[in-house]
Amino acid sequence: MDPTLVGEIAAEPGGEHIRRCFACGTCTASCPVREVTERYNPRRIIHMALLGLRESVLTSDFIWLCSTCYACQERCPQDVRITELMHAIKNVAVRHGYIHPSFRAQVDQLRQHGRLYDITVYENERRVEQGLPAIAEQAEEIAAIVAATGLTKIPARGDELVGTQNG
Amino acid sequence: MRYALYLGCTAPVRSLNYERAARATAARLGIELIDINDFGCCGFPLKAVQHDAALLLSARNLALAEEQELNICALCSSCTGTLAEANHALQGNEALRERTNQALEAATGHRYNGTIQVRHFVRVLYEQVGLARIRQAVTVDLSGLRLAAHYGCHYLKPVDAHDRFDDPENPRSLDRLITVLGAESIHYEGREQCCGGGILGADENTALAMPRLKLERVVAAGADALVIVCPFCDIMYELQQRRIEKLYETRYNMPVVFYPQLLGLAMGLSAEEVGLPLNRVKSRKLMEIAGDGRA
Repeated sequence: MDPTLVGEIAAEPGGEHIRRCFACGTCTASCPVREVTERYNPRRIIHMALLGLRESVLTSDFIWLCSTCYACQERCPQDVRITELMHAIKNVAVRHGYIHPSFRAQVDQLRQHGRLYDITVYENERRVEQGLPAIAEQAEEIAAIVAATGLTKIPARGDELVGTQNG
Repeated sequence: MRYALYLGCTAPVRSLNYERAARATAARLGIELIDINDFGCCGFPLKAVQHDAALLLSARNLALAEEQELNICALCSSCTGTLAEANHALQGNEALRERTNQALEAATGHRYNGTIQVRHFVRVLYEQVGLARIRQAVTVDLSGLRLAAHYGCHYLKPVDAHDRFDDPENPRSLDRLITVLGAESIHYEGREQCCGGGILGADENTALAMPRLKLERVVAAGADALVIVCPFCDIMYELQQRRIEKLYETRYNMPVVFYPQLLGLAMGLSAEEVGLPLNRVKSRKLMEIAGDGRA
């Protein structure tokens, strides 16, 4: 148990309201991911964070299973702002070197192309065929933002994310 | 009605049908859409990684539109939500705006002064064009079509970033936009359910279980098509439909259409003009309607 974890999450943008949670479970009951898998359970994740289970929370793969639908956030009677809180928890995990490989790949893609999908010659040919204007990739300023915010230096421990059998 | 058209990353490479229909219907309804080539990623993928980096990407796009004195009209719901949320935060907090601008200016030379608005294209249709003008523009009868409205998530949530323009528990805007065309917007179980697109990269099988549920329910309700407003929902319901069918050894064959395609057909545009040939799951009913529209 690490009592500093909750303070670290609460200091993160979006994590400010974590201590308001009274564990009613409205989030979990509303969650469309929970509807299809027991591995993702927002009430459980918040409770684990409040208890200070640092390693279990930050190194898990289940914190990356929030689909960001905001169903829980809109319904939470305590205004915990759960979707944003889940982002805050992931932000803390990333700072400690735990990032899901798919998100690391997206950072690299944005740095190189400024977009999630490349605009290739083929893409522009298809666009012009459909009467749509061609697009030129503008990656320079986005690469500058990625570099300025330190995202190029995320430590490479993402492959250590652990699966869980909770639920 | 002039807007900077924000295409985002997904729509301009994966949903050319949506973009075609949006541009064509906008032109007919007096919405002027201005292209800004310098727009980049909205910031959505970085929210999970680093809050400040995501905010900077959003602020950059907001600044680019503001420099042209234009509000943003976006096709993708995730882009709309991400930009609207950032805008809400930056407009409401001067200290945050100043801090963000210092970093933004150092990295890119842009500044955002908090003067513009962010709207989803379908919200512009609903609020700025309005149901009355849309009704007047309808020339082709869509009655007999039974359609399942899928709002998705970021089109209207979080509601404070979207000015609470629709009710997150019982949204009505898309239903009204469908019925004003003469079609029926049917009830089905789990209308509010998310497409799962947000976790497709993190866990494919879990992600695909989510659109599977929606497709099951929409088929059970006897829908002729699922009506969507977001290119990421399209990836989940249309692009992945064959894979889901294989995975679960079933067959849905459920057409998925973007609302502006439907609107365009009702306004008499051809199948080609609304990009219908690009839809992967073919709808015989919609093709027949498109035939009538041309005649």
